[in-house]
Amino acid sequence: MWGSMFRWLDPYAKPETLYHLCGRLLPYLMGLALFTLLLGNIWGLAFSPADYQQGDSYRIIYIHVPSAIWSMGAYSSMAIAAFIGLVWQIRVAQWAVLAIAPIGAVYTAIALITGAAWGKPMWGTWWVWDARLTSELVLLFLYLGVIALAGAFSEAARGIKVASLLAIVGVVNLPIIHFSVEWWNTLHQGATITKFAKPSIDPSMLWPLLISLLGFALLLAALTCLRLRSQILMFEQHRPWVRQLVDSMAASHQKEQN
Amino acid sequence: MNPRRQKRLVAVTAFVLLLGGAIGAMLYALQQNIDLFYTPSQLIDGIGDKKVKPEVGQRLRIGGMVVKGSVRRAPDSLKVSFDLVDTGPIVTVEYEGILPDLFREGQGIVAQGVLVDKTTILASEVLAKHDEEYMPPEVAEAMKGIKHVPPSQLYKESDKGQQP
Repeated sequence: MWGSMFRWLDPYAKPETLYHLCGRLLPYLMGLALFTLLLGNIWGLAFSPADYQQGDSYRIIYIHVPSAIWSMGAYSSMAIAAFIGLVWQIRVAQWAVLAIAPIGAVYTAIALITGAAWGKPMWGTWWVWDARLTSELVLLFLYLGVIALAGAFSEAARGIKVASLLAIVGVVNLPIIHFSVEWWNTLHQGATITKFAKPSIDPSMLWPLLISLLGFALLLAALTCLRLRSQILMFEQHRPWVRQLVDSMAASHQKEQN
Repeated sequence: MNPRRQKRLVAVTAFVLLLGGAIGAMLYALQQNIDLFYTPSQLIDGIGDKKVKPEVGQRLRIGGMVVKGSVRRAPDSLKVSFDLVDTGPIVTVEYEGILPDLFREGQGIVAQGVLVDKTTILASEVLAKHDEEYMPPEVAEAMKGIKHVPPSQLYKESDKGQQP
């Protein structure tokens, strides 16, 4: 059953095919990402109404919430890739772990920094060691740990294996982050949109937030394509297909110059 | 699935389950330490089955709603005191300093300080908590009857004559 369900994915386990697929997807993803990010953020930051309590300060939500949600989304994707890479030993999945980790780390850092910038004027402090903030900080350390472990071995394959194991184990942190505001009492407020209930935000503020959310997702996908392409080239640099690619690019470059 | 893959699958799954279980057990054991603050009823009635109460002199955080009409400000200093409530018991917080902009009666706050007697806390820091609801002022006024005036406008008119 499993074999036939995922048979259509098989061709993309071949690095060359995946390289070209990512190359074809990249311009669309990047274009759509830029469009939705601009639309969502300009709408949210300039045109949506101010909040009754927090005034204009709440507007950082249009960056904070999408980056926080996708810092966790990126982690799940990375862990799934790590799992496939470990169990089925598919090399492109292993490289995907290396491709996603720095993007996720930056998303997490953005979530933490915008959160601190929001906390200072509203709560009165940049940082507090409550469960939500601490578990999100742990997520940043998990990303950094994956990046560091992957590069800590002289044999690249070994490093990726250990890093993948850490990536999979770190999944335990995701439900902790999500439910931290329900399980324990925290300074951080509860979830606004990621819950099985009507979002507790006015529709006039919700739409730009959803668009920003989509924008951050598309940007994550686009950056992953970009980084995965360079990972593939790096690990396959001695293969004939990469040589051919480089030769044909050099040829066309020379043609342009002449 | 071939046997080697199956072996790896079992090994990875077992490793993750074991570590996940260990972390889960740790968090469960540390449950009370992960809470950021005591609520007023926890402070007075105690926490958990053993009804553990904080001792006088202990540093702690308290979180609750500011009771309406309980905020008393000293006329000549930044000293302020107010009552906090969650479901029943009331705890008094004394503080000297600048309160966050969101601080007002009916607002959730978290204060850090020292328990000076059973129901009084001398706070060194007061933080405002806000909920996850966001709406424009008109909607808030229509739905909740809240008309929030920012502090910057609150004191502008009335204080004009008194300022040195």
